[in-house]
Amino acid sequence: MGNIEMRAVFAAELKKLMEKDERVVVVDADLAKANGTWALRNEFPDRAIDVGVAEQNMMGVAAGLSSYGFKPYIGSFSPFVSRRICDQLTLSGCYAKQNVKVIGSDPGITAELNGGTHMGLEDVGVLRSVPDLVIFEPVDAIQLEKAMPVIDAYEGMVYMRLFRKTIDDVFTPDYEFDLFKADTIKEGKDISIFASGIMVQESVKAVAMLENEGIKAELINIHTIKPIDREAIVNSVKKTGCAVTCENHNIIGGLFSAVSEVIVSEYPVPVLPVGINDTFGEVGKLPYLKNIYKLNASDIAEKCKKALGLRT
Amino acid sequence: MAISLSEKRKKMIRSIEMDLVKICKDIREDIFRCIGSIGVGHIGGSLSIVEILATLYFKEMNIDPKNPKMEGRDRLVVSKGHAGPAVYAALANRGYFDKELLLTLNKGGTCLPSHCDMNRTVGIDMTTGSLGQGLSCAVGVALGSKIKDDGAYIYAIIGDGESQEGQIWEAAMFAAAKKLHNLIVFTDNNGMQIDGNVCDVNGLEPVADKWRSFNWNVYEIDGHNPDEISDAVNKAKAQKEKPTMIVARTVKGKGVSFVEAKGYGCHNIPLSEEDVAKAIEEIRR
Repeated sequence: MGNIEMRAVFAAELKKLMEKDERVVVVDADLAKANGTWALRNEFPDRAIDVGVAEQNMMGVAAGLSSYGFKPYIGSFSPFVSRRICDQLTLSGCYAKQNVKVIGSDPGITAELNGGTHMGLEDVGVLRSVPDLVIFEPVDAIQLEKAMPVIDAYEGMVYMRLFRKTIDDVFTPDYEFDLFKADTIKEGKDISIFASGIMVQESVKAVAMLENEGIKAELINIHTIKPIDREAIVNSVKKTGCAVTCENHNIIGGLFSAVSEVIVSEYPVPVLPVGINDTFGEVGKLPYLKNIYKLNASDIAEKCKKALGLRT
Repeated sequence: MAISLSEKRKKMIRSIEMDLVKICKDIREDIFRCIGSIGVGHIGGSLSIVEILATLYFKEMNIDPKNPKMEGRDRLVVSKGHAGPAVYAALANRGYFDKELLLTLNKGGTCLPSHCDMNRTVGIDMTTGSLGQGLSCAVGVALGSKIKDDGAYIYAIIGDGESQEGQIWEAAMFAAAKKLHNLIVFTDNNGMQIDGNVCDVNGLEPVADKWRSFNWNVYEIDGHNPDEISDAVNKAKAQKEKPTMIVARTVKGKGVSFVEAKGYGCHNIPLSEEDVAKAIEEIRR
């Protein structure tokens, strides 16, 4: 499915859910076209709503709809449905135990030409300390397609980081999705690589590079960063004794933090991060941005070798 | 499908009308008992909305305390969530729970927290407390009711200080754009906020004109007069075009002279047992 845009898969799955269940509504904030949900309003004029450029109100309206028995999906670029609406998402959403799915598109550097203002490099960090929130980031179209009905069936608040465009498949059609279980993409014994989102594809390449050098890396996709699959992390590092995390996010507050929290408390081993090193984003295409932020497969491989050197 | 009033309900409303003055006294007294039980609380903004709460819960809203989650019921979002004690006193008087519960306000493990919580308290329709958010939620509820076409009316109460939050105006614009005629909102226009008089801190006037310009149906009333409250609600229900804003002129701390005398200082004050006794004596006078 690597030739289909993620937003198209999202919209197609949402359409199926809306056909099946009258409680499903989509609420946009003037980005329906960008997020792929525009066409839904032709088919479901009552249940595809646009609040205009007003994300805080979007979250509140969704909370109200949820309290009335609806299952709202709201969407905008990731910074605008995380840091901008943090209080609304926290109180009107999570604290009030509502059932709203929050879709943050263009996570991290995938905001590309929209640049630093639109680059959600801290959304996971902002939201990870909010109780009762599931934070999910699909890797490819196959996983997204399988995840949508599961996420819909989950009663509660979910934040989804959604890359909008086409991306290579990591999974095969027989893949079985579990929202709360990490995926072992490649087994290995020398080092654990915990990756999320677009960094999984980079990590697949890094694993191959390392293999050429005789290093057998284990690659685990952490699609649900909260609640994180502690067992998968601990079992892997017990085997390998060191780890690298790979994320399209600030290394503060994101996957590096989440994985380190588990490892420090359950099985301490060296962990090194690949991610944005606490700086703001800037404009550019993905290859340029991956270069300046050192998010390429070669950067991951280098970091893995460094982590191996720290292993006792 | 609108829910028509049964003869029984009409009769009940007539008898309640006679009693609203007494009901407001009971609610005020219970607010003092409630806040007095913990010794400190949001008294000023609780006392200013007593008549609005009494008129809605006892006369205007289609609700059933014996069936608090009734499908298609009318709902009330108290966006100024710090007025929790007033809402709890009104709910207890309406029969949602025992009045003894009011004495547990803000004590560890209570189901009556300072700010309204729909998951803890029977009869509360929305969790509120972070100002500015409740109106958006009420708009979502009104939109939901419209999609379901269940004929419910959705009420909300916002504060005038709260109206300094930008989200209020996001919600205002959207409710009018969606022609949510089933949404009836009160501004508790008591003119005071924590740091001073609203006009000195960050003026809201002309508040009625602001809502008119946002394309709402607007009435200005005495917020302590149940007849005017009912009239405005019924006028709101008689039209099907716009959401309604009822700008209610109120007094912060209404009904108890030593609280009123504190002016904007009465937002959140300590109450001794003597204060409570003195207040109840004045309310009963």
